[in-house]
Amino acid sequence: MHLSTKRTAVRAAALCAALVLGATQAFALGGKETAPATRPTPANPRVRLATTTSTENSGLLSYILPFFTEDTGYTVDVVAVGTGAALKLGENADADVLLVHARAQEDAFMAAGHGADRRDVMYNDFIVIGPKSDPAGLKGSASSAVAFERIATVAAPFVSRGDKSGTHVKELDVWKAAKITPAGAWYKEAGQGMEQVIIMADGLQGYALADRGTWIAVKDKTSLAICYEGDAGLFNPYGVITVAPSKNPAINAEGAKAFSSWLTSARGQGLIASYKLGGQTLFFPNYKP
Amino acid sequence: MTEAIALLAGGDRETWWTVATSLRFSVFSTLFAILPGVPLGATLFLGRFKGKRVAVALVNAVMAVPTVVVGLFVYSFISRSGPLGALGLLYGPGGVILGQAVLAFPLVAAMSYTGLQKLDPRYSETLLTLGAGPWRRMTAIIKEGRYVIVQSVLAAFGRVTGEVGVSMMLGGNIRWYTRTMTTTIALDASKGEFERALSLGLVLLAIALAVNFLSHLAVRDDR
Repeated sequence: MHLSTKRTAVRAAALCAALVLGATQAFALGGKETAPATRPTPANPRVRLATTTSTENSGLLSYILPFFTEDTGYTVDVVAVGTGAALKLGENADADVLLVHARAQEDAFMAAGHGADRRDVMYNDFIVIGPKSDPAGLKGSASSAVAFERIATVAAPFVSRGDKSGTHVKELDVWKAAKITPAGAWYKEAGQGMEQVIIMADGLQGYALADRGTWIAVKDKTSLAICYEGDAGLFNPYGVITVAPSKNPAINAEGAKAFSSWLTSARGQGLIASYKLGGQTLFFPNYKP
Repeated sequence: MTEAIALLAGGDRETWWTVATSLRFSVFSTLFAILPGVPLGATLFLGRFKGKRVAVALVNAVMAVPTVVVGLFVYSFISRSGPLGALGLLYGPGGVILGQAVLAFPLVAAMSYTGLQKLDPRYSETLLTLGAGPWRRMTAIIKEGRYVIVQSVLAAFGRVTGEVGVSMMLGGNIRWYTRTMTTTIALDASKGEFERALSLGLVLLAIALAVNFLSHLAVRDDR
């Protein structure tokens, strides 16, 4: 009796495996859609884009990429990480093209010969978000440095990205401008993406530096508000960088170039400007040939 | 919760695509883990060699390595600037499957080894006295111990289906390409969107239950 039970189990397991394999193979390989016949068919149709979490999670990429695929036939594999990690992926040749926002690091990347071409794409700005009651009294600060100083003075909880992302780099710049080395129990290095940090700041009823795009995308899930904005030092420009093809033969240089050109074309720039969440524009195109 | 069930019942395309992709990766990675894992487990069981205890301890130790460490290790090999970069596995299904296979392989070996010890010891002794060669003994013991081996295979399948570190690091969580149940849950939770995360959590729970049920069935009366 027990042997037949066991046999049943083994057979059931084998049958499940076979079914799963068959069904998922058919389903997963089917992909999301079939390409219309009119679409161009590039030789190497997959382009790998390493980008910051803000472009992916604000919904911008999900909005514009189908148009890019429609126009050029390229499928973009989006790997969403922080700007620091994205640049590192470029350096290792593990990405074909980058969409990032940390100008000084981007320039260093180009100077080191890792990139073939860098273009301005769009911008938005950083804002300091915090509890609606604004316990540190950020409103009316003369600059972002003053605002940060006020947070440190009252040791209000502050959630930092702590992940070398573009937002993190900007945050460290502001602390530097305020001549403060943030440390202590009130300063929390999350090591997480932008949404997660905003959600953590909400949980802790603390402050955080956020890019406006992500903020608009997730603000309705929080009880936080913008406590400081408008400083020219909080300008947040995004650049597109094609990785130098000389780094590795596997780099899809054609695809990277197609993406960079398309994003900075009238079509790409127009689509960026037309992307709205809750009636608000998230990114402003600013490519100048 | 109702929304989570509605997503599944309503046949939400992306949700089910994610489930299918996860299972596809898991089936292949388990397969690639069995191929070396089961023979290694059997060899450890049958072998009479110096350093066997060390080898067994090593396999058991490797089993405990966190998924992110496996991910990091495999990344350094399959990065385009790594030794296996030319294969183009990183941020594709191949990368996830390789990483998961590396993750599950010691588990299969260790569990096969432990499971085979539950067999009647006279069986392998008889094989030896009958003068069976090493290959013959290995195939015979695998056949005799197929029920415990199935258990180790199911455990490996459960492990790779539920892991997130390798899938995230080597697959890149690319939509419509390498996004799996666990990476979707991680992403959605980070965005504060819990409905689909919850629905995939339910699927994972169902898979874990099914795997455990089959596993217990396979060795129910084994003592």
